[in-house]
Amino acid sequence: MTTDSRARVLARIRAAVAGAPEAPDVTRGYRTSHATEDPDALLDLLHENLADYRAHVHRSGPDGLPELIAVLLAERGVRSVVVPPGLPEEWLAATGAERRSDAPRLTPYELDGIDAVVTGCAVAIAETGTIVLDGGPGQGRRALTLVPDLHVCVVGAPEQVVASVPQALPRLDPARPLTWISGPSATSDIELDRVEGVHGPRTLEVILVTPRPAGG
Amino acid sequence: MSDTFGGTFVGMPAFPEAARAAVGDATLRANLRHATHTIRDKRARAVAELDDWAELRQAGKEIKDRTLRHLADHLLRLEEAVTAAGGTVHWAADAAEANRIVTGLVRATGETEVVKVKSMATQEIGLNEHLAAEGIAAYETDLAELIVQLGEDRPSHILVPAIHRNRGEIRDIFREKMGSWGRPAPEGLSDTPADLAEAARLHLREKFLRAKVGISGANFMVAETGTLVVVESEGNGRMCLTLPETLISVVGVEKVVPTWRDLEVFLQTLPRSSTAERMNPYTSMWTGTSDDDGPSDFHLVLLDNGRTDALADEVGRQALRCIRCSACLNVCPVYERAGGHAYGSVYPGPIGAILTPQLRGTVSEVDASLPYASSLCGACYEVCPVAIDIPKVLVHLRERVAAEGGRGHRLERAAIKASSWVLDHPTALAAGERIASATRALHPKRLPGPGARQWSEHRNLPELPAEPFRDWWKRNRR
Ligand code: SF4
Repeated sequence: MTTDSRARVLARIRAAVAGAPEAPDVTRGYRTSHATEDPDALLDLLHENLADYRAHVHRSGPDGLPELIAVLLAERGVRSVVVPPGLPEEWLAATGAERRSDAPRLTPYELDGIDAVVTGCAVAIAETGTIVLDGGPGQGRRALTLVPDLHVCVVGAPEQVVASVPQALPRLDPARPLTWISGPSATSDIELDRVEGVHGPRTLEVILVTPRPAGG
Repeated sequence: MSDTFGGTFVGMPAFPEAARAAVGDATLRANLRHATHTIRDKRARAVAELDDWAELRQAGKEIKDRTLRHLADHLLRLEEAVTAAGGTVHWAADAAEANRIVTGLVRATGETEVVKVKSMATQEIGLNEHLAAEGIAAYETDLAELIVQLGEDRPSHILVPAIHRNRGEIRDIFREKMGSWGRPAPEGLSDTPADLAEAARLHLREKFLRAKVGISGANFMVAETGTLVVVESEGNGRMCLTLPETLISVVGVEKVVPTWRDLEVFLQTLPRSSTAERMNPYTSMWTGTSDDDGPSDFHLVLLDNGRTDALADEVGRQALRCIRCSACLNVCPVYERAGGHAYGSVYPGPIGAILTPQLRGTVSEVDASLPYASSLCGACYEVCPVAIDIPKVLVHLRERVAAEGGRGHRLERAAIKASSWVLDHPTALAAGERIASATRALHPKRLPGPGARQWSEHRNLPELPAEPFRDWWKRNRR
């Protein structure tokens, strides 16, 4: 049945365009970036755009990271936290929250009972205020960053920060499941009033980690 | 949406009657006006942030045109890549076949309920109604779709399907209906958007957690990698794409793009043009199945359902470039007054006026009247991120209706009524004429189509704005 339809649809398509003129090559006259090359300015732009879409943004040096994570989890009253495989152990060294491993795989119901998740990321895009997860080390499968209500995401600057979407795509492997996150979940379905927090985590905390202690 | 069949709203009056009803509804008009104006202004700001918008628009147009010219090759490449990544590809020539395929796939899982992420394609084929008739409950999970589904209503906007409902109406729907679909609305639910969103979160969470089958559409499919892309805001898409064991995606054949790199254009233009954001909150991309993440069973249903008819029309095929951003709805003076339901299909507004008659043909009165549901002001073309020349296609389709109908034919009468409706609404047209000065090149010298053809046979249309079109019409109509 479907085999016949396959042949039929393909034949219809071929017949439909048989007499059409050749389409011109794509001119890519657009920019590959709208932002500055300077890494500090780029980080500021990322910070600003993340915050503009209601992520809570923090800066830290590598040494202060465990303490900052512990404080953020405590502030939100977190009792349990999912630990994705490959998350650097020291990141959770200072928190007293119960650690939940994903091996064996947590069920959706179990995940729903966990307060938070802490992850790294694959890349962050300054111009759009976007973090991309690719399921790599310290990120885990997609459900881990979806069901718990608080997501704490650590971005390594400057190496994980790019300026733009055209610069981000070549760094990502399409074979992996990818999640692009720009602020917490939101809806504008009611009179176009933006409301943060519908089905994804209602709170997104982003920590920008720089090699030297951040100035401000 | 029990009154839809194969995407046609059965018993739907032709555009002018439906539009007249909408214009008489003050609440509806106020809701629409507020919504379209809010998003229109925000969108303009989001677009203005990119000084290369014109180049992105041009590239988007060219990518789509080139893809459509070699569509069969790209679909075959896509099929190969999806299959290699563990997915299964099905081909559906029409709505009935797509519905049959999806029903069979759901049946095979033994499940009787599915969670759905908002998808125009599944609305177009009337999938929910078909599944319901087969004893399978399909839960819409997008907030606006939930409002529409609980309210036993029809969507009226591509992006904000419940744009015609205000907060008080939504609260009443939630209070009355949530209980019969699952978890009831919380006691004393208020009408603040935050409380309403929270009620939806609670109502839907139990469905997400137990869901075994998810059904989606896709915004893009990448031929070279086999990757599907879903762009969303609420996270209901992520839930449907991630938690179930089986995922079925129903996608129109025109949604394919050749390369991974091509996404760099559309992921910049779509969010800004659609929700006026630099980037939408969530975008999911997946390629077939992964061992340790997400559904273990993935099916892609490639849908024709009239798209190849549109593709065969050398003027009309550009409608297949559409990325469903809905910007053309928000700037359309006719849409703003008539509302989405008047268009009689899941694709309302200017894009609906050119897409629906091509997908379904112009044999019904509502579809034949759609090309006339416009003042040809050109605002839709100006905002379209893939530069679809909607006025040009409208004029072309009017000629087609004229050829199929003929003097005194019922199609002609439907067309004349639709034109009269537009021209009898001074505010609609006045808004159009203000924009028209920027788009004069788009305006036809002769008013094409049935009815109009008779009058314009011996005279050319006046140049705008030498004589307002409206006045000319008033003097010349019979
Ligand atoms: S026709 Fe253009 S403006 Fe309208 S929804 Fe499609 S892409 Fe957007």
